[in-house]
Amino acid sequence: MSRKKSPPITETWRGLTFTRRTLVVGGGQIAVGAALATRMGYISIIDNDRYVLESESNRVNLTLIPPRRGWIVDRHGKALANNRVSLRIDIIPDRMHSKELVLGQLRTLLQFDGDAMARIERDLKAASGFQPVAVAEDVTEQQYASILVRLPDLPGIAPTRGFARNYPTGAAVGHLIGYVGAPTAEEYEKVKNPLFITPGFKTGKDGLEKYFEELLRGKAGAKRVEVTARGKVVRDLSTQPDTQGKTVHLTIDADLQEYAARRMGPESGAAVVIDCLNGDILAFVSMPSFDPNSFSDGISNAEYGWLRADDHQPLINKATRGLYPPGSTLKPMAAIAAIEHGMDPSERHTCIGGYRLGNRFFRCLGTHGSVDMPTAIMKSCNSYFYWVADRLGYDAIAPTAKMMGLGEEFQLAGSNQRYGTIPDSAWKMKKYGQPWSASDSLNAVIGQGYVSVNPLQLAVMASRIASGRKLYPRLVSRQFSNEPLPFSAEAFATAREGMNRVVNAPGGTAGRSRLPLDGIQMAGKTGTAQVRGLNTGNGKGGTWKFRDHGLFICFAPVENPRYAASVIIEHGMGGSRAAAPVAKDIFTFLYDREKAMEALTAFEAGWGGTIKERMDRDYAAWKAGIARPDPGLAQ
Amino acid sequence: MIPVPPAVQRIPWKLIALLSAITGFGLLVLYSAAGGSVTPWALQQGVRFIVFLLVALAIGRMPIRIFEDFSYLGYLGVALLLLAVEALGFVGGGSQRWLNLGFMNLQPSELMKVAIVLALARFYAQLPPGSTRTFNALWPALVMIGIPAALVMLQPDLGTALAICASAAIVMFVSGLPLWWFGSAALAGLAALPILFSMLHDYQQKRVLIFLDPESDPLGAGYHISQSKIAIGSGGIFGKGFLNGSQSHLDYLPEGHTDFIFATMSEEWGLVGGLLLLLGFFFLLRWSTRVALNARTRFGQLTATGLTMTIFFYIAINLGMVMGLAPVVGIPLPLFSYGGSSMLTIMTCIGIILAIENDSKKRHSRLS
Repeated sequence: MSRKKSPPITETWRGLTFTRRTLVVGGGQIAVGAALATRMGYISIIDNDRYVLESESNRVNLTLIPPRRGWIVDRHGKALANNRVSLRIDIIPDRMHSKELVLGQLRTLLQFDGDAMARIERDLKAASGFQPVAVAEDVTEQQYASILVRLPDLPGIAPTRGFARNYPTGAAVGHLIGYVGAPTAEEYEKVKNPLFITPGFKTGKDGLEKYFEELLRGKAGAKRVEVTARGKVVRDLSTQPDTQGKTVHLTIDADLQEYAARRMGPESGAAVVIDCLNGDILAFVSMPSFDPNSFSDGISNAEYGWLRADDHQPLINKATRGLYPPGSTLKPMAAIAAIEHGMDPSERHTCIGGYRLGNRFFRCLGTHGSVDMPTAIMKSCNSYFYWVADRLGYDAIAPTAKMMGLGEEFQLAGSNQRYGTIPDSAWKMKKYGQPWSASDSLNAVIGQGYVSVNPLQLAVMASRIASGRKLYPRLVSRQFSNEPLPFSAEAFATAREGMNRVVNAPGGTAGRSRLPLDGIQMAGKTGTAQVRGLNTGNGKGGTWKFRDHGLFICFAPVENPRYAASVIIEHGMGGSRAAAPVAKDIFTFLYDREKAMEALTAFEAGWGGTIKERMDRDYAAWKAGIARPDPGLAQ
Repeated sequence: MIPVPPAVQRIPWKLIALLSAITGFGLLVLYSAAGGSVTPWALQQGVRFIVFLLVALAIGRMPIRIFEDFSYLGYLGVALLLLAVEALGFVGGGSQRWLNLGFMNLQPSELMKVAIVLALARFYAQLPPGSTRTFNALWPALVMIGIPAALVMLQPDLGTALAICASAAIVMFVSGLPLWWFGSAALAGLAALPILFSMLHDYQQKRVLIFLDPESDPLGAGYHISQSKIAIGSGGIFGKGFLNGSQSHLDYLPEGHTDFIFATMSEEWGLVGGLLLLLGFFFLLRWSTRVALNARTRFGQLTATGLTMTIFFYIAINLGMVMGLAPVVGIPLPLFSYGGSSMLTIMTCIGIILAIENDSKKRHSRLS
């Protein structure tokens, strides 16, 4: 457009231009208005569903209610693990504005020591922002109330009234049941289940709690609340209750379990009791133990350090993960193997205090003279069994050992087993590339050398000798065929008679551990396993950790056996001295609780209280920095 | 029938009814936004409306000559006030937008929206028709716009600066300046956009970026837009019902009684409420545009058009902002949002337009 061609500008032209352009502007405004109306219609009609949803998710805060965990009960329905009401305080790191201020307030309100503060700081560092960090569980009503009233000044603090796992017998079931704990950040990342970051929710971390996690967990409830943008709850909208997890029934006898644990006293060891009718594990004890209540509440650094520092290894389940040379406890089994290979149990061998193999002389613990097979078991005569092993070779005995459950890893709920070794020539060739020697057989037959077993296997062996059947140990009601073992009645009779004499005949190695009961007798076999190397004493004294282990396997009654057991006392200096008396009291408890409790009460008076009292005192002393006295010197 | 006295007839009842309807609707929303209470907003806003309405009616009785005579003086005065605010902010060590007059905080930038329209209208009314296409028609206007726009940008208040420029540009447009000037200015502006953008403050840049992609930061700077859209969208066609808006009552919607009051309203009244309000604004702007078209003097024409644009700019930018069509610039919704300064501006505009209407009714227009 050229300006020269334009008409001259007059007032009239200007007025017309104004009207035209004003109408254009007005039209433009109407167009914009129409666009705005269209946009609004689009948002509120087409996108309505989406925005209604977003508005609801703004308004409604869904809080999960952690499900109450299923109970773990014993064979009579008595609780080994249940739930108790718990008042807890958590921190939601994302909602916390001033960490120092809030932690300082908490410290004053809840009277925390430095140890607890250190744990909270540690957990805060490890947690991702939305994941709650436990400040305290089981606070008192007063403390809970003091937090509640100051809640407006404590952003990020979340007090809740919920349930916590409870183990009524504490340390007695530590290794059996395991414990629960808050899921870790990694576990949450894996499943992305919002329940995992809900305060108070725990998963099984060890033992049966972990094994039966799916069963025990239950289903979370949910609470819908209306919240403001700042997270303040306006009102409750609806609540769906949680569904409690299923109850797990164990074969354990809770009272026996607790008794056995207490009876172990200050010693380090394990005890397993099996029902000879069906393989039910009645007691499954490893001591010393930890208190699973402490773990489930979030264990402090100091307490964990105390447990780790203990040379009695309370964190290891010795019943399944402790491997020991079984010593003479293998002799009844060896006797069965010998008879199955044609030896006559009445055939006599003369013990001259040892056995000569080539130019080596294998020592016996005594000079037993002429002994037959039952007597050799009774007196635990090494010479006799050296002679048997020399004649048959260990390749003849090892299959019987395996039939008895030794060296086997059992399918057992929640257990993590080390299953040890029953050696034979093929094993040695594979492992060391060397041929089996006669002296290997002699060492193996008395349960030394390459042989190592765990206490569970020893108990299974005892139950199989007692029942004559291939009992499979179980903690929950599972069906096993438990078919008879393919050994002759004579073989079993000889082994049982030998074990009977160990306890009940004059001169038996466990004669002091006869049951104090009328009409019920116990059969057993002692074992003493050497720990020491050369130059570390004779195993009968001196430094604790170089002393011999004491082992004992047993069953009762002698006729028609009902119960079988194994007891291991680490560094107990001998089966008859340390392990058999424990087994005696455990069996007494099965038949006469009062009598057994009397014995225990007397013992505990000497040891300084129940397990919990002793643990508390020990922990306090440890925290105070007093070195643990060497148990070897304390005796 | 009793004859209606002329004094009563001269009162613009229809306009008062329209303004009262819009403001009354706003009072309902303010009542709801306060959780069902006339305090702290609705009551004060209502009283303020009555006062400003009386002021507007009073302005409407004034002869239009006065505005024309005092337009340059008023412009200069407001420009000096802007400078004073800037100086005060400099002395006080921070940005400041208002002067404390004791009974109210005065935002000179709000007054400037009216003053620039009056000053430009007078300038173009006095311009001889033959000079319309000369440079003389352009540069004084550009200076008059440039000074206040720059001062307001310094505050920094992007929204008000844009409002000043928009009204001024419309006055220039309808005064008959060559179309290609506007075309090339728009092109130049488009080309300079990246440079202008780089001159913005960080938070202003962020707002523009968030506007372009609100989902990029739904919990941070995009929060306003996201929550506002949720409020409008969740209202649907008929809304959640009076006093039932969760977005506003549970504080998810920020500034629910001021800049984002439209979202508060939409949540409870839905699309129906929104369209009714738009209709109300349409009637208001239709009235003022008709006044412009029927104005007797050129000054009246240009002023009425410019002030119409001022009101429209408030509405368009505010609604665009709450619906996610414009960046968050902090412009209130006329007559609806809680606040004195914007209502003062709007009612002044309406008063002046009313004066122009009265002027054209008194004598037959010499242009028509």
